[in-house]
Amino acid sequence: MSVKRKAGVALDTGQVSVAQMAYLKQQSQHRKFVKAMRISIIIAFFFLWELAVRVGWIDGFIFSSPVRIWETMMSMGKDGSLWMHTGATLFETMISFFLTVLLGILTAVLLWCSDSAAEITEPFFVVLNSLPKSALAPLLIVWLGANQKTIIVAGMSVAIFGTILNLYTGFKESGSEKTRLIYTLGGKKHHVLTKVILPSNIPSIISIMKVDIGLCLVGVIIGEFMGARRGLGYLIIYSSQVFQLTRLIMAIVILCVIAMVLYGILNMVEKRVRR
Amino acid sequence: MPSFLECRDVEYTYHSLNGETKALKHISFTVDEGEFVAIVGPSGCGKTTILSLLCGQLAESAGEILFRGKPLRDHMDFHIGYMPQQDQLFEWRNIYGNVTLGLEIQKKLTEENQAYARKLMEEYGLWEFRHARPSQLSGGMRQRAALIRTLVLRPSLLLLDEPFSALDYQTRLTVADDIYQIIKKEHKTAILVTHDLSEAVSMADRVLILSKRPATVLKEVETTFEMEQRTPMKARNMAGFKEYFNEIWEVLQCQ
Repeated sequence: MSVKRKAGVALDTGQVSVAQMAYLKQQSQHRKFVKAMRISIIIAFFFLWELAVRVGWIDGFIFSSPVRIWETMMSMGKDGSLWMHTGATLFETMISFFLTVLLGILTAVLLWCSDSAAEITEPFFVVLNSLPKSALAPLLIVWLGANQKTIIVAGMSVAIFGTILNLYTGFKESGSEKTRLIYTLGGKKHHVLTKVILPSNIPSIISIMKVDIGLCLVGVIIGEFMGARRGLGYLIIYSSQVFQLTRLIMAIVILCVIAMVLYGILNMVEKRVRR
Repeated sequence: MPSFLECRDVEYTYHSLNGETKALKHISFTVDEGEFVAIVGPSGCGKTTILSLLCGQLAESAGEILFRGKPLRDHMDFHIGYMPQQDQLFEWRNIYGNVTLGLEIQKKLTEENQAYARKLMEEYGLWEFRHARPSQLSGGMRQRAALIRTLVLRPSLLLLDEPFSALDYQTRLTVADDIYQIIKKEHKTAILVTHDLSEAVSMADRVLILSKRPATVLKEVETTFEMEQRTPMKARNMAGFKEYFNEIWEVLQCQ
């Protein structure tokens, strides 16, 4: 976690004292140190990996190596297959993510509106949430066919139930005092929703979104394992069957990058909202 | 002439799976227009239940609550200004947005009402903070904003539900002074619910003492101080303050 603060936010006066300057300097040095350590660990890891393969400690055919991965990436980038697979996975993940968030908020609002509906359906959501969603993927393929629709649904299935449960809990817990205030100001239930529940839950909606983006990626990859002709999940399965482990590991590396970037984007959104 | 507000033999019973709890039993009192009445009593005695009944959030199990001689619910123009425990300002709105929340909900954001909101905010030193977030304001300023939020709706009656309980003691004294003067200046009728006896004596014209649950009115104590321009702070130093305090204290002890 890198904590960034605006440097030199003065206390009361416009002046920044010497001790405060020293403190800020120490903090910024600490951040630099953390960043440098992270980068060195990655470099050291790749360097050791390459070295181990070159010296013969591990078998390059099975373990591949950073240089081989890089070369494969270059050649697949040139013939366009890299972009096709990555693009397909990204597209499916984004669609299932947006649908999950949309449907999740909508369902949670409906449950919030009707206490009995929430009470009746709660055990179903709990069961569906704990169910290993990979068990659903083969069924989805039979039902919906081996196409992108199935993969998007698989992605959603992993995230949606948890989203609904968490959002609903958040809605229920937000301020009964504030709710009472709205009623005394002459408001109705929909005012409580739009003036209190939704605005006060924006931080929790965003943190649920941060979890969802990762879960959707998991679901999409599971879906692609099962029935896809493109996408990184397909690339992983196909490469393992034809024993092209360099491609397989490359796909994993790309997945790491995707996960990092998507999470980073949501982090930025969160910071902007929280100001 | 009927009283401004009258509670006549009001009862209220809560129901739960473990049985029923009688919270209020034969509560009767009146409030005159422009009067400041405080309700004190042991904790959990049903003070907040009375407020909920007056707000119309709960319906009395027996008895009736009359406003100018007619049941509360029959008055379309009867409007309660509720000042909750803690200020309950919304952090995601700026001060102006908080003050006009009620107008927005009631779709009364007319030019006239906005001008009134502005006038109140200017008068009580909040206009320059209109774009600020609640967290940027001091405790006292936040209470003012919370009060103005109810005043812009031109309420018939103000209900203060331990409004200062979240403040530290020092702030509490000054804020009570401040809020009292605003209420008097705007000629509002107010009911204050509190467990702080000295707060009740210093602010109210009349103190209603409730018994333990199920609550009844044990006694009414009228507090008059010989001074011009009464303020809660000055009242605390007046002759008679201690006597009133002790009188209420004894009634609460003896039950």
